Amino acid sequence: MMCYVGVDLGSTTTKAVVLGEDGRVLGRGITNSRANYDLAADVARTEAFVTARFDMLRQEVERVAGKESLDLLLRAFRLEQTLAQLVRLQAGLHEDIDRSVAPHLRAVAHRSIDEISERTRMEEETGFADPERAKRSDFFRDVAGSAFSRLAEELAARDGTSFDLLLGLYDKCIIQVENTPVELGFHDHIDAALARIGDPPAVRAGVEAATAAVFEAKVTVGTGYGRARLPFPKEWIRSEILCHGLGAHAMFPATRTVLDIGGQDTKAIQIDGQGIVTSFQMNDRCAAGCGRYLGYIADEMNIGLHELGPIAEQSTRRVRINSTCTVFAGAELRERLGVGERREDILAGLHRAVILRAMSLLARSGGIDDEFTFTGGVANNPAAVRALTELVVENYGARTLNISPASIYTGALGASIFALRVDQPGAALHSSRGAA
Amino acid sequence: MLLQKEMIAEHFQRLEDAPRSGEKVVYTFVPGNLTELIRSFGALPLLPEINALQSGMRGKSKAYIAEAEKAGHSADVCTYVKADIGMMMSGNIGPTGTRLPPPDLLLLSYTGCYTFMKWFELLREQYKCPTVFLQIPYQGDGTLLPEHREYVVKQLREDVIPALEAVTGRAYDEGRLRELLALSARAEDDLVAVLHSAKQKPSPIDSYFGGVYYIGPIFSAFRGTPEGVAYYEALREEVEERQALGIGPETPSGRLDDQRFRIVVEGPPNWTSFNEFWQMFSDEGAVVVASTYTKVGGTYDFGFRHDPGDPLGTMADYCGGCYTNHNLPGRIDMLVDYVKQYAADGFLINSVKSCNSFSAGQLLILREVEKRTGIPGGFIESDLVDPRYFSAANIKNRLESYFQMLRERRRGQVAPGSDATAEVTP
Repeated sequence: MMCYVGVDLGSTTTKAVVLGEDGRVLGRGITNSRANYDLAADVARTEAFVTARFDMLRQEVERVAGKESLDLLLRAFRLEQTLAQLVRLQAGLHEDIDRSVAPHLRAVAHRSIDEISERTRMEEETGFADPERAKRSDFFRDVAGSAFSRLAEELAARDGTSFDLLLGLYDKCIIQVENTPVELGFHDHIDAALARIGDPPAVRAGVEAATAAVFEAKVTVGTGYGRARLPFPKEWIRSEILCHGLGAHAMFPATRTVLDIGGQDTKAIQIDGQGIVTSFQMNDRCAAGCGRYLGYIADEMNIGLHELGPIAEQSTRRVRINSTCTVFAGAELRERLGVGERREDILAGLHRAVILRAMSLLARSGGIDDEFTFTGGVANNPAAVRALTELVVENYGARTLNISPASIYTGALGASIFALRVDQPGAALHSSRGAA
Repeated sequence: MLLQKEMIAEHFQRLEDAPRSGEKVVYTFVPGNLTELIRSFGALPLLPEINALQSGMRGKSKAYIAEAEKAGHSADVCTYVKADIGMMMSGNIGPTGTRLPPPDLLLLSYTGCYTFMKWFELLREQYKCPTVFLQIPYQGDGTLLPEHREYVVKQLREDVIPALEAVTGRAYDEGRLRELLALSARAEDDLVAVLHSAKQKPSPIDSYFGGVYYIGPIFSAFRGTPEGVAYYEALREEVEERQALGIGPETPSGRLDDQRFRIVVEGPPNWTSFNEFWQMFSDEGAVVVASTYTKVGGTYDFGFRHDPGDPLGTMADYCGGCYTNHNLPGRIDMLVDYVKQYAADGFLINSVKSCNSFSAGQLLILREVEKRTGIPGGFIESDLVDPRYFSAANIKNRLESYFQMLRERRRGQVAPGSDATAEVTP
């Protein structure tokens, strides 16, 4: 079937959305961004096609075999993808040991890497059926990184192997693995995944249909920071401002103002009833208060990025923070902790400071009109959303605030609609609000 | 361009020779400069902000700014000031490589930029030379009232002229001044014809990036000189020829005949990445048809000409009318007028945080111009001559987004779904 692809190369993650000829979202894919932009775009696109095929499967398999069977198949598929990358990582680590580790340390390093790899493989294989797994990050670097760090620590304590050596090897090798192509597509792993769950006939029929389906990407539009590096014609490249505006319009057609807080920039966008941008403002000379700031704070506090918001939500007495300079963040944090402020109160203050900067950009762009749509990774953070909601009411009065569970894909969605419009000018939009 | 280069080189040579030739040197600023009066006393004008921007274009400002910061000048101070102070501290070698003479007189004609006053305070401290301060009333209500004009004329008569007489040892020669003012008016006529040529499609000039070259002689030392008159005659001839041929200006992307966007720009340009900045426009097929920056040294395109019939009164009018002396509603009126007169598609502000005389109120200007013209404004930030504040990737990203926005809006204005929207090329 003919389809249209939008790719959004962000500074933190790369996203892809596949649209059908009728403008319906068929699939979405996401991966962490990396030095090799082409590859990041490729992985995200491959992922989007994987989800598109699983979506086809869903209709077929859920009916005859139930939702659980399909979820299990999907988790088995993710496992196969992880194992393929783990094999690549293990091989790369052995090569690196021979290349860069002092000869007298090599034997123990090889042994440690094999043990860590083997145990990670076993943990993944035995745990894949656990529905809780679906809640963790799917990015291989996160899955492998946490297992390596945990197991390397254990081996260091048990055998006296150098923890720094093992982690150093991993940090170097994961970059190489991420920047070389690896097969992650539907056809590469679906058979193994099916076999792993016992090849139930009711599922097999659906898999065969999804495997046989042909997707032909007719136009691919790229957006985001790395867009100039994408391997397609200049006229198929759009600014992320336009893509976020159009994507937000597709998700919530009554949107007039869009706020996107991404990894390194914050965009305040005004759009008209067609989703066309009428005005925008972005942070120019400084990236203070963008998504990376929260990432840095999470690192400083040694907690996950997704934990920041929930912790801040427990605050009872918000601390006032003025500086949102990422570089100063660590000092600011330690200073506040040092004077006895509680972690949740500091975090609540930090979230408000981030949103205050966004409010200033929104004011510059022309204010907040009804409806108001919040997009980007930070839109998934409950404390940021709370701070935004409060400040919007304080400054502009009641507004309808839209946040889609798929908000991270807003730019890629807009790009995919531009792709569709290259072929079908004036194509009608499907609201993709519900499809997460 | 070559002619201008020769003129500038010759002027800097005369400045270098001044301590030996005995020619007196008067430091003054572009807005409200009294070049004819200075020259009527046989003295040479030297314009510190022109030196700063020339140093910026020639890659010298970074080191000068570092020098000034070492001496204690803050990171937030106008970078023209720091480039000038740094240049002075590094031996006062001007942008063309010649040594700049110390001032015999600092003539501050105050036309709305407070920083200029502090700048000359610093220079006065350094050079211990006579200083004269001409106060031009700010056009707070949008006009220069008769009493304002009288006040300026009185200062010219009682403060400025006596100061020039004392420094040069010559008596005020009103006849000579009238002759020079008549030359100014001729050059001004030609400059205005050049600026107005941008009303044509395609525009034969770029009124911002090209414009700063066109205003060079008349804003610096050549108003009221035969060389200035000759330059503007030649320039007008060249532009009229391009106009007749229906061709566009030369830009870093080549000759820009296919002009996809006609833009009005507010704010000074960035000088350290001048060509790179220009190319971000020309690569997108954007030509600037009018700009306010090219009016800091006089708003001739709204009708003002130096009048030899009223030498001191005309200088008062001139100073009062410089762009920096206009209030916000006046600036908005001017921009709205440009958008309409020059049939612009877009309106962009290049905001420079360290330049308060421009940046204060720019967002209000943006909104108001959008409201009154119905065209979308764009906003970018850079700096005058501090290369650290020109973030090429970010500025390019904003500009690309802005031009794509204009394109999409243009498409959107054609009925969606109609054949006309089938155009794929952005």
